[in-house]
Amino acid sequence: MYWYELMQLIRQFEIMAEEKYKMEGKIRGFFHAYVGQEAIAAGCMTATRPEDAFITAYRDHGLALAKGVTANSCMAELYGKATGCAKGKGGSMHFFGKDVNFWGGHGIVGAQIGTGAGLAFAEKYKGTDNVSLTFFGDGAARQGMVNEVFNIAMTWKLPVIFICENNNYAMGTSVERTSNVVDIYKMADAFEMPADSIDGMSCEAVHEGMARAVKRAREGGGPTLIEIKTYRYKGHSISDPQKYRTKEEVETYKQRDPIHMVLKTILDNNFATQEEIDAINKRIDAIVDESVRFAEESPWPSDDEVLKDVYVDQNYPFIVD
Amino acid sequence: MARIIAFREALREAMSEEMRRDDRVFLMGEEVAEYNGAYKVSQGMLDEFGAKRVIDTPISELGFTAVAVGAAQKGLRPIVEFMTWNFAVLALDQILNTASKMLAMSGGQVSCPIVFRGPNGSAGQLGAQHSTAFESYYANIPGLKVVSPSNGYDAKGLMKQAIRFEEDPIMFMESEVMYGDKSEVPDDEYYIPIGLADVKKQGRDVTIVSWNKMMKVAMGAATELEKEGISAEVIDLRSIRPLDWMTVLESVKKTNRLVIVEEQWPMCGVSSELAYRIQKEGFDYLDAPVRRITAADAPLHYAPNLVAAALPDVPRTVTLVKDVMYAKK
Repeated sequence: MYWYELMQLIRQFEIMAEEKYKMEGKIRGFFHAYVGQEAIAAGCMTATRPEDAFITAYRDHGLALAKGVTANSCMAELYGKATGCAKGKGGSMHFFGKDVNFWGGHGIVGAQIGTGAGLAFAEKYKGTDNVSLTFFGDGAARQGMVNEVFNIAMTWKLPVIFICENNNYAMGTSVERTSNVVDIYKMADAFEMPADSIDGMSCEAVHEGMARAVKRAREGGGPTLIEIKTYRYKGHSISDPQKYRTKEEVETYKQRDPIHMVLKTILDNNFATQEEIDAINKRIDAIVDESVRFAEESPWPSDDEVLKDVYVDQNYPFIVD
Repeated sequence: MARIIAFREALREAMSEEMRRDDRVFLMGEEVAEYNGAYKVSQGMLDEFGAKRVIDTPISELGFTAVAVGAAQKGLRPIVEFMTWNFAVLALDQILNTASKMLAMSGGQVSCPIVFRGPNGSAGQLGAQHSTAFESYYANIPGLKVVSPSNGYDAKGLMKQAIRFEEDPIMFMESEVMYGDKSEVPDDEYYIPIGLADVKKQGRDVTIVSWNKMMKVAMGAATELEKEGISAEVIDLRSIRPLDWMTVLESVKKTNRLVIVEEQWPMCGVSSELAYRIQKEGFDYLDAPVRRITAADAPLHYAPNLVAAALPDVPRTVTLVKDVMYAKK
């Protein structure tokens, strides 16, 4: 039920945000939707604790919502409002929620792979058993950072789980066209790092695979690479005409939609009645509608915010000509 | 009481004192632990603090910088040694796009208290790829502070300040050829705030500004000029960002002339910014154009005469000062 509700929240949020972007022009900048990949967020949440860090790239709406960044502050961030989760300074690609251990929203492909290992380094150094879930795409798997950080994380046994959300396309370039190695989890072999390949359309599969990796990391066993085979229904970004793939391919994946699959499981097993499902859907609609109202009624950041949050040092003498 | 110690020892004392004070501080870099540091700055620190806090890394500047940045964001206070700033360009993405920007991008949530340090600029006949001076590169970036001291006393006080009190990322630039330089440091603990220039020599006729090892050229030129009756005031910037241009302006109000000695290339250098600032704020005080001497506008070649010809030196600085004095040569 938790999975269903969370995935519905992510999907309905994305659908609403895309509408506000395309139809009303109230959201600008780059915009990368998580639609189709919701089961990853759902399975990762039930396999972890609130103290565990999540860090990802620019397709960050779904994981931020999963970690508990509120729909209100996420929608306000998309609108660029002062009440956004980054005070209107981040935008779609840079959601943050330090208080709920969501460490962003990063725009340079692959850069957060190292930062995520650093979050894990801090936990190990401090002697906690918290772990870092470090997400990246199949495109980022081809960055040099992967080689350097897999090596460091394995050598130092950092409690990090590297999660490659393989949605088949690095923007418009398919996995087969970026490397001779199409099974990304095999890249762990070079570092003798444990690895797994998981069906990203199944919450159960994600949860079980993640639980194994999280347990190993908590117990000092070091990192795991998990390749989650998933699919994004939308383009790379909102401006992507998707000429690199067929409509039939997209439809094939939609047959295995994670939300529909979970719903089927719920109803087949009588975990909930249709009335209870309807009530969840209604609640989600209300949350998403409220986030739009909140964002639209929120103020813009004041102009003097330009020179704020640049330094912690409050007396920094900025150059103002 | 005071002691005479080498520049590298001053840095080591600064790091060790702060590591004794605060468990969150650790040192990471290539060869910093078992090898005792490529330039012996961290000699003995592994023995005192152990492998948890003095950490040898693989040769992976991008990777270990990213790990350190993430650790800083999550509450630790890393010191990252680059064997030279020439290698840090491999990690520039992490410094520019993560360390310097995350506070802003997160709306003030995620800070990055970290010190990046290592030798900078030329150090004899090392060839072009080991000889670049980087102050202006990093000084261009909002969110960072750039420190470039000229002596062990300043280095210790500024480094202690950087580790203990600064909550923003600090770029700390040293020099291979200064690590053996001796200076007097007090036994008592001291800190030097970042962003304050130091007037190293009082003078009447002309202001010479420099920093890092080019301070030797500036001071040498001042000594030569004194013999010829020209009184130069010499200012050590000590930090490049923030740039203490007000101390320079106060000096120029007195001397009415400014010469800048800089090891970097001329285009968009520190001297460019300083010259802009002084002409704007001190136009009515200037009796001559602001002039500068920089590295030649070319990669630094290997041959000893080409090194000498490319870098600022005392004779050419003296000549330049006489130019702005409109004095006979």
